[in-house]
Amino acid sequence: MKKKISELIASKYFSFFVTVILFAILYGVGIGMYKGFMKPQVFLNLFIDNAALIIVTIGITFTLLIGGIDLSVGAVLALTCMVLAWLLANTGISVFAAIALVLLMGTAFGAIQGYLIAKFDLQPFIITLAGMLFCRGMTAVISRETINITNPTFVAMADFRLSVGAGFVSMGVIIAIIALIVAAVVLGFTRFGRNIYALGGSESSASLMGLPVFKTKVSVYTISGFCSALGGIAYALMMLTGYNLHGMGMEMDAIASSVIGGTLLTGGVGFIPGALFGVLIQGVILTFISFQGTLSAWWTKIVVGALLCVFIIMQAFITEHKSKLTAKSSLEENS
Amino acid sequence: MDKLKSFTSSSLFLPIVALAVLLIFNGIFVEGFFDIQITEDGRLFGRVIDILTRSSSLVILSLGMTLVIATSGIDISVGAVVAISAAVVCTLIGGRGDGAAETPMALAMLASVGIGILCGIWNGILVAKFKIQAVVATLILMTAGRGIAQLLTEGQIVTVYYKPFASIAGVIPGMPLPTNVFIALAMVLLVVFVMKKTSIGLFIQSVGINPTAAKYVGINVTLVLFLVYAFSGFCAGVTGLIESSLIKAADANNAGLNMEMDAILAVALGGTLLSGGKFYLGGSVIGAVTIQTLTTTLYALGVSADQLPVVKAIAVIAICLIQSKKARDLFDKWKSGRSAKAVTADAKAVNKA
Repeated sequence: MKKKISELIASKYFSFFVTVILFAILYGVGIGMYKGFMKPQVFLNLFIDNAALIIVTIGITFTLLIGGIDLSVGAVLALTCMVLAWLLANTGISVFAAIALVLLMGTAFGAIQGYLIAKFDLQPFIITLAGMLFCRGMTAVISRETINITNPTFVAMADFRLSVGAGFVSMGVIIAIIALIVAAVVLGFTRFGRNIYALGGSESSASLMGLPVFKTKVSVYTISGFCSALGGIAYALMMLTGYNLHGMGMEMDAIASSVIGGTLLTGGVGFIPGALFGVLIQGVILTFISFQGTLSAWWTKIVVGALLCVFIIMQAFITEHKSKLTAKSSLEENS
Repeated sequence: MDKLKSFTSSSLFLPIVALAVLLIFNGIFVEGFFDIQITEDGRLFGRVIDILTRSSSLVILSLGMTLVIATSGIDISVGAVVAISAAVVCTLIGGRGDGAAETPMALAMLASVGIGILCGIWNGILVAKFKIQAVVATLILMTAGRGIAQLLTEGQIVTVYYKPFASIAGVIPGMPLPTNVFIALAMVLLVVFVMKKTSIGLFIQSVGINPTAAKYVGINVTLVLFLVYAFSGFCAGVTGLIESSLIKAADANNAGLNMEMDAILAVALGGTLLSGGKFYLGGSVIGAVTIQTLTTTLYALGVSADQLPVVKAIAVIAICLIQSKKARDLFDKWKSGRSAKAVTADAKAVNKA
């Protein structure tokens, strides 16, 4: 029995199980405290409100998996919203051309960051911190005021509702679900996905095995840039504005979601469904606060910070436990 | 010639040249930039003095940041800690309209510096004890910190009417310069003194270069890391005092905003490698003054506060590239490739002749 528990803790999916159970408990408590939690739409709203965060978290999970980090995601999201709003307000180009353009912009930005990090061996956090400042600043250069999106096609897309069972979901959720499936397949079933895990496990080993380290690194940051831009479009669909302060602190929320979902910050371990549950847990906390009514919204930040802290410390213990376990088993084999 | 060469390769070369370029630019385009006047009560007055005063916060922050970066860590929570410390001192003194203090000012100041140290200790525990990567450990406080500051001030901007409070970042009658310049000077002297008189500086360097080796040599790596982060928190606490006294209020959203970036930039400009190891306190101090001069210059050019980061981001990347060993190798290769080409071209020309 004791051995089984110890094996369970060492399992790759332990964090994920903890997260799912925590989510179920939180939701159960919610149902017990407030009747409103029973409505299926409340559950679907978790997705609708957090569609952008889900997409951004997917991107950041890729960077965390190779042991990197991307702090620029929130700012890229804000820049995407702003450029999209500016293009739709000041030029005559079609909505789809504008969307394609901002997606290209985000992807290119991610690629540049990835190139700098991989080519010159720079620390990812400092380059992406600079990227974050750059994008926030550029957003303010384009406009310091809010730009509203009034383009009829875009507004129609924002108003689109797909009914699911007793409720409905928005366009952003559909994008998020597609992104989730694609990301899970890429990570789980392709050679590129295996390369990412190998690179996160040990960069020097991956390099010695002849894996394309440089290409993988650049691709990972490119994917993160693309996801941030895609998240920006989902965000714009929800807010219908471009504004300098959109997505403030989102990098933290995304990293927290990914870590809560079982991604190891040292790289090499983590998977996409976990990231989704990480986002959903934050959504439930936010729903609690809005149902409660008197708590300040600032509590979300503090609770998420505390949760992140607990999970990171848990990770530290798990890693230690694992290394003890492997040391023990190798001892047994030798004797 | 040798002297010139040793100067260009010294760590102070880059920050001093950057500062000189900025000062010359200002001297040419801003009228009366170098003028310093003395007022009747013996106070110095002028644009240069103004920059010096404004940069004192950054100088203090970059002291702590230099030591943290020297251990190959980073502290991106300093901006948020500045906000917390500002919130503490302002709520303790209170925003009473009649100008009375609710708590004695000395006590409030102690509390706010204390909370800064406490935040530093928190970061130190996470990094040193739980071995969490410094970026992520301090990211927690960076985001949650502003939330805590908001809770302390209850989402309001607390304005302090208590008169003596303004003197922390203002002029005490009879003094030639504002108090914060003296605070910054005292902090710099303190750190330099400790580094010169004890071996803690050497310990910090060894931890930054190779923590495992440092441990085997007998250095208490955990304690060194812990102290460094606690000191960074202390610096942020003092900065919070100065920043709140400057505007006589606590603004949880904007106090110390983007200051972590400025501090990192100052340290990098000062020649300390972001990967840790050898550190240069003098370089960081000059770096901090340079960054403040850059900020003031850009403000004078009409760049707004929220657009400023664009320039600074480009500066960060440029400095990182200059520091990067790989970039230098690539550049050398390119250069030697070119000179090799030139040689063959010359040889060809000779052959033809």
